[in-house]
Amino acid sequence: MIELDQVQKSYQVGDRAIPALKPTDLTIDTGEVFGIVGHSGAGKSTLVRLINLLERPTGGRVLVDGENVTHYDAAELRAFRRKVGMIFQHFNLLSSRTVADNIAFPMKLAGIYSKAEIRSRVAELLALVSLTDQGNKYPSQLSGGQKQRVGVARALACRPTILLCDEATSALDPQTTQSVLRLLAEINRELGLTIVLITHEMDVVRRICDRVAVMDGGEIVESGPVTDVFLHPEHPTTRDFVFESENIDREELERDFNQASGRILRLTFRGESTYKPLLGHVARASGVDFSILSGRIDHIKDTPYGQLTLSLVGGDLEKAMAEFDAADVHVEVVR
Amino acid sequence: MMESLLGNVDWMEIGWASWDTLVMVGMSLLFSVVIGLPTGVLLFLTGKRQLLEQPVAYAILSFVVNVLRSVPFIILLIVMIPVTVMIIGTSLGVAGAIPPLVAGGAPFFARLVETSLREVDRGIIEATQAMGANVRQIVLGALLPEALPGIIAGITVTAITLVSYAAMSGVVGGGGLGDLAIRFGYQRFQTDVMVITVALLVVFVQLLQMLGDRLVLYFSRK
Repeated sequence: MIELDQVQKSYQVGDRAIPALKPTDLTIDTGEVFGIVGHSGAGKSTLVRLINLLERPTGGRVLVDGENVTHYDAAELRAFRRKVGMIFQHFNLLSSRTVADNIAFPMKLAGIYSKAEIRSRVAELLALVSLTDQGNKYPSQLSGGQKQRVGVARALACRPTILLCDEATSALDPQTTQSVLRLLAEINRELGLTIVLITHEMDVVRRICDRVAVMDGGEIVESGPVTDVFLHPEHPTTRDFVFESENIDREELERDFNQASGRILRLTFRGESTYKPLLGHVARASGVDFSILSGRIDHIKDTPYGQLTLSLVGGDLEKAMAEFDAADVHVEVVR
Repeated sequence: MMESLLGNVDWMEIGWASWDTLVMVGMSLLFSVVIGLPTGVLLFLTGKRQLLEQPVAYAILSFVVNVLRSVPFIILLIVMIPVTVMIIGTSLGVAGAIPPLVAGGAPFFARLVETSLREVDRGIIEATQAMGANVRQIVLGALLPEALPGIIAGITVTAITLVSYAAMSGVVGGGGLGDLAIRFGYQRFQTDVMVITVALLVVFVQLLQMLGDRLVLYFSRK
């Protein structure tokens, strides 16, 4: 478990302190995939680096499994960092070392593994990230996705319990992003690793995160389970991110709504109810007529969901609302 | 024909002078690297926003390097005489030329090392830190290997600079091709000796540059 207790960071520029992170409380549970979303400059990069103390907090405490890591001396800190893997947007592989040597590097630095141990662990990790044949190549000979796989393998070398991902897919094309995210989800599931992931793409959060925090202006403005934050965003910044990820043009949507008659409802289905033949049933029971203004059916991690915006004309509106409620569908009255 | 054109050239003398130049450049390059490399690493590490940021230490080190680099080599040769006598026992000959050559070469090389270390991506330092490396491990395991092509290029440039410095040391009786060119080519008006020594120096520099370029290429993995 990672706990941030009133952690803050500011930079001294001349005699002014510029806050990068305002005092923040945050708890990340063991074994979960936690996403931190924000625009560049929102403070998410600082936040993730405060966990392995690449950035020193100017106030507050960072607790990992109950231990205050901010008080560690240099040797304790190095031992702690071996238990926290990290991957980067630009991979940061050593160009002078082969793929296998890059993966072996953290183990060699640790100085506690035998040559045989290192060799077998490297082979195991190469297999895990599907790069078994590429061990003798140099990073410059690999594609972006392959480089990030090497980054993941390297981060896992010393069997960490936490993996920090700093915009790990932002330099990759959509297909490669998919495959790296699948790899991360697999690692989380099979090794039980806690993953903290920062990104500016809501889509990345939607695919693999359990919980999410949205950052803006150096503070967390909204957080919670991804399904809640995603389907019912409260803060304007969160809404922007969600709309952006769903490719929704808000002005266009508004125009569509103005042309529709009657009441406008937004229905949100989650899990099982997504697949129920509900609309026809409600229409018959209440006598309302629907037209669909917009809709989307997708998955958040493993949970299927649907979101429909309807305009309703005629019939018994009260009855229709009650039917939706009974079917466990969340109803929001837009107009 | 050749006899009359190169009548003054004593090939044995040329051979010995070439060997002396080779020894001077080789030895002074060795010591320049041995002293300049750690100095360059220290300059980098103590620099602004680096791992061992130390403004005072950086300022002092940087000042010393700048002073040695701004003194013209011909003056350095003369100023260094007492120091050279202290270290070597004489300020004459091939051995006497080596200390001033190192005093000129080491700070020059140190700056080149500092520059090539600065060109290493900061992300690589950060990643190595995140793996739990200490400063020594970051320098030896990541920074120097990543900067190796730049450092080899720096050694090449330093070696070539030392060839021209070594030629100058002829002025204070340093020996080598430069000494020969001044004593025979210039003072005795033996133009043929001058032409041969200069031609040999040109060939020497060309060979050094070629070797350096090949090594840089071999160690570049980008």
